Amino acid sequence: MNKNTKSGRRDFVRGAAAVLIGGAVLSAGRSRSPRLVWQIDPAKCTQCGRCATHCVLAPSAVKCFHSYSICGYCDLCGGYLRPDAKNRNTGAENQLCPTAALQRKFIEMPYYQYTINEDLCIGCGKCVKGCSVFGNGSLYMQVRHDRCVNCNECAIARACPSDAFKRVPASDPYLLKSDQERRIV
Amino acid sequence: MKRYVVPPLGGFSPTGSRWTGRLKAVLHALVCMFFFFFGTTAHAEFRFPMPEFASGYTHPPVHVPGPSNMMVGWDIVVLLSTLTLASIFVLKHRKRREIFLLTLFSMIYFGFWRNGCVCSVGSVQNIMAGICDPDYGVPLTVLVFFSAPLIFALLFGRVFCAAVCPLGAIQEAVAVKPVKVPPAVEKVLSVFPYLYLGLAMLSVAMGAGFIICQYDPFVGVFRMGASFSMWIFGGLMLVLGIFVARPYCRFLCPYGVLLNWCSKLSRRHATITPAGCIQCDLCADSCPYNAINEPTPSEVPETREQGARRLGLLLLLFPVLVALGVGVGCLLKEPLSRMHPTVRLAERIAGEELGRYAETNIESEAFRASDTPNEKLYAEAMEIKEGFGIGRKWLGAFIGLVIGCKLVSVSILRKRTDYEPDRGTCYSCGRCFKYCPVQE
Repeated sequence: MNKNTKSGRRDFVRGAAAVLIGGAVLSAGRSRSPRLVWQIDPAKCTQCGRCATHCVLAPSAVKCFHSYSICGYCDLCGGYLRPDAKNRNTGAENQLCPTAALQRKFIEMPYYQYTINEDLCIGCGKCVKGCSVFGNGSLYMQVRHDRCVNCNECAIARACPSDAFKRVPASDPYLLKSDQERRIV
Repeated sequence: MKRYVVPPLGGFSPTGSRWTGRLKAVLHALVCMFFFFFGTTAHAEFRFPMPEFASGYTHPPVHVPGPSNMMVGWDIVVLLSTLTLASIFVLKHRKRREIFLLTLFSMIYFGFWRNGCVCSVGSVQNIMAGICDPDYGVPLTVLVFFSAPLIFALLFGRVFCAAVCPLGAIQEAVAVKPVKVPPAVEKVLSVFPYLYLGLAMLSVAMGAGFIICQYDPFVGVFRMGASFSMWIFGGLMLVLGIFVARPYCRFLCPYGVLLNWCSKLSRRHATITPAGCIQCDLCADSCPYNAINEPTPSEVPETREQGARRLGLLLLLFPVLVALGVGVGCLLKEPLSRMHPTVRLAERIAGEELGRYAETNIESEAFRASDTPNEKLYAEAMEIKEGFGIGRKWLGAFIGLVIGCKLVSVSILRKRTDYEPDRGTCYSCGRCFKYCPVQE
């Protein structure tokens, strides 16, 4: 008899605990969201350089993106050349990019195409700063989702001084500056 | 998000004479030079016009690879099946080797392969964030990762800790020479998980970030990359884990608190002996976690009145402990609120305004660039501090209550005739199984 009442009480408390867990789950999940991934809002990014240093991955999952459709194709490119560059050529001493990931190709007078070598880019944002200070802002930072491990709390988001990181739906994981871009997955 | 005005694609003139090309070159260079020297004063949407190419050039596409971590559906399947397998191994097969192999699998799958995210330990924060903020969407995976181990603990004990949790698994893998921690030390240190849980919940509720993820010592090992200090912390934990088995689980893990509560109520639980205990004493030293309760001595060391009086005193101590906790919480107002980045930023900005710092830092520069008035930031910071003011009292009261409960639990003498695993703290690791000479 004593044992029965004891086990009955135990069952009751267990049931109450289960209800509590269910309640927590229901209450937390009341606004269900699609699967979300981290992304940088280019309008907020201040190119502080922390993307290169604060990612849990080395090199960072953040890399530079180039929206060709808003690029001026300038010869004198603020993203490519150092401000104190002696010459407007591909000499290493003239380049802003520390890893020579931003590559320049002649198209026609006077236009040059700038391409990012994704394997070399470390996401330091130096070219992005140059392009936004003197240029159209066609270079900008984005989280590359083939590299991002999608941490529960992004380590760069925590360190970001301008609150530029946000979660976006995994079905549309990029915040490109231009809708005119041809995309390849 | 701000959308940019973009000229339509195409429309590039297919032909163009050499002269127009030269002319365009000169003009473009002039425009560039002009802006290079006076560029900062120009505030057009686009400084430079998009060129029209004579050579029929079309620009290359942008590479936008999709998320690589799309196996989340599989994660739920693997989680539920490893939990089921662990329950079978612990309760039915009773073989340490099988449990350990499953542990290694979990370490490799959830840890090294899936990079240790999202894990059940961290999911507590998402649940709290979802409860506090109606707009914070919690994905289904996280809901399952939070609830499944708890439900399994209610049914079968902490089988999640035994063989599924990647954080537990990596510590189980390095625990080659475990020594016994004195039970008194163990009891004192076991208050820390409650403190950690309380701090983490306070941090999430105030929007100050996920500290459990931030100070996860082993996720850096799984990803082969972490900050220097976290490498040191993770490395120390692993080295310590060789001698003190599962230091994180026992003395820090906040999710372990919930598992402990659920496991205390478990419907079935791992037993040391497959049949009846013969009090042979062989298993007494087999548990590196101090989770085996010995049979109580036949003669009671004190009279019933003495025990009742002590219990009464301890119960009277409860309000004192809670008040003490609230008091300590009140003292911690400033350091606690500094967990929040907005409060830190506001203090920095105020300090800079007062000339306390010689230089600006990245945060203050970014804030100044955003053109937000200082007063708005200060008001926001004050509001957050206010929130912490309430939260820290709750946290202090909670810790006081926990300490009181711990004191009561060590002072109550429960009658036990057999060697039994402590349902709350037993990780169901199965080390004690082979020490029992009783055959089924």
